[in-house]
Amino acid sequence: MISGASLTELRAALDARRVSSVELARAFLARIDRLGAQLNAFITVDPERTLAQARAADERIARGAAGPLTGIPVAHKDIFCARGWRTTCASRMLADFVSPYDARVIEAFDEAGAVVLGKTNMDEFAMGSSSENSHFGPVRNPWDPACVAGGSSGGSAAAVAARLAPCATGTDTGGSVRQPAALCGVAGIKPTYGLVSRYGMVAFASSLDQGGVFARYARDLALLLNVIVGFDPRDSTSLERPREDYARELERPLSGLRIGLPREYFGPGMDGDVREAVEAALAALRRLGAVTVEIGLPNSRLAVPAYYVIAPAEASSNLARFDGVRYGYRAADYEDLTDMYCKTRAQGFGPEVRRRILVGTYVLSHGYYDAYYLQAQRVRRLIAQDFASAFRECDLIVGPTSPTVAFAIGAKTTDPVTMYLSDIYTIAANLAGLPAMSIPCGFGRGGLPVGLQAVGPYFSEARLLNLAHQYQGVTDWHLRAPRGFEPERPE
Amino acid sequence: MSLNADEVRRIARLARLALTEGELAAMQQELEGILGLVAQLRAADTAGVEPMAHAQDVTLRLREDVITETDQRERFQAIAPEVEAGLYLVPKVVE
Repeated sequence: MISGASLTELRAALDARRVSSVELARAFLARIDRLGAQLNAFITVDPERTLAQARAADERIARGAAGPLTGIPVAHKDIFCARGWRTTCASRMLADFVSPYDARVIEAFDEAGAVVLGKTNMDEFAMGSSSENSHFGPVRNPWDPACVAGGSSGGSAAAVAARLAPCATGTDTGGSVRQPAALCGVAGIKPTYGLVSRYGMVAFASSLDQGGVFARYARDLALLLNVIVGFDPRDSTSLERPREDYARELERPLSGLRIGLPREYFGPGMDGDVREAVEAALAALRRLGAVTVEIGLPNSRLAVPAYYVIAPAEASSNLARFDGVRYGYRAADYEDLTDMYCKTRAQGFGPEVRRRILVGTYVLSHGYYDAYYLQAQRVRRLIAQDFASAFRECDLIVGPTSPTVAFAIGAKTTDPVTMYLSDIYTIAANLAGLPAMSIPCGFGRGGLPVGLQAVGPYFSEARLLNLAHQYQGVTDWHLRAPRGFEPERPE
Repeated sequence: MSLNADEVRRIARLARLALTEGELAAMQQELEGILGLVAQLRAADTAGVEPMAHAQDVTLRLREDVITETDQRERFQAIAPEVEAGLYLVPKVVE
């Protein structure tokens, strides 16, 4: 019962003293212990630390001082620095790094009284679309352990799908919350760029990185956004805005909602099983009163190429900090300082991270900057302008999250470009900085989940969650559990 | 897009990444694939389009020029590979 419950149900059970935070933590830790290893969803669990937090939450509830998440368990992507926890970013470079400080997102969950179940597995430094690029081995999809969980936040998505955690954090630079959410059959949202502080979130591509959350219910995502969104002076691109309640529009009827369908996303490239599930979801949304209109995003085919200039360029700069001097891995043998840097970085970074650093170094190097980096930034503006035009004709844009369901582990590891194309529908929202989410909308080949993506104008999170909540009211995809990971029967 | 082995060596040197000769050939091929993908950008007509450095074109904030950091040297150096007397140790750079 507990492992299948929504955050709202857990809150009610905690407040009515039907369950304690310690009991909740123990129940989820027991599931992680029993079922977690086969998925490799977690890099670090620390039951003592978890239970100490749970005991503190119980005291806070007893004092009558509970906040919305007090006593609620959460799993954090191992990209968020958490004081006292190992924060590895799934890299050998940080395999033994114990953070001396907390990320803002971690602080926000701690202040709300949430209880950390552990740190989840991911693609190294968030670079990947399958969570195979991990120093700690690939994450497996709960719906089929031979398949990937998506990435880069694959451990968080798999943990929520397998009911190892009721909710989890992630980060989304090019689709790293939405694509694993789709492939694992859970809900995930990436808010407008600048709403969630990047302080203490290990940097990959700073102008694109944005924290996000996973859960099974749209309402839960709203509660989580209420906790993690907020101005933070320690993040230079954090936005200063009045607080809002992201749950305020959940019950609004969808009648009159104009849904834009980008013709570029419904052309060839999308698998038939994904198309079928997405079309059925659109029919359900129409029955709820929404109207669909065809729109154009003419520059969307340039999103992946622009991303693979901008993201590696920013990554090569951000990852220059890993030098084997101040923290992290240092090579054992070297001849001089430069040799120490070169060997430390060659041994500390995995192949995909090395590739992206080299691409980034190349596009920023003398003689190539204008042709690659500036041109990519100009294309970025064209993509943002496409969205601005589209949102004059519609309120939200809906389509597939990923062109395929989860693919086999190893199927795309030999050719980086094939892997990059897993994100053709998700990357544009990052380039434009728009909020976007994925919700489960059915099953395709091999009984694997399909995700429906919705993208909105800046600061339209409440409306996105409204669409998701109304859709979840007439469908039960989000309630389906993978075989072997069903929630316990009520006692 | 062609990228010769010397260029790959040069980039690796700039990025401070050691590459063995064996890794070099594979990396050269992978980078060519990636640069082939991003070469599509060249066909885009971007005349008169301002580069977009940031979603929403935010202006970076300035803060008061006052010290806000506290001294946490010991905590930070506790996780360093090699320190001595409050200093980070690296191989000798000046003879």
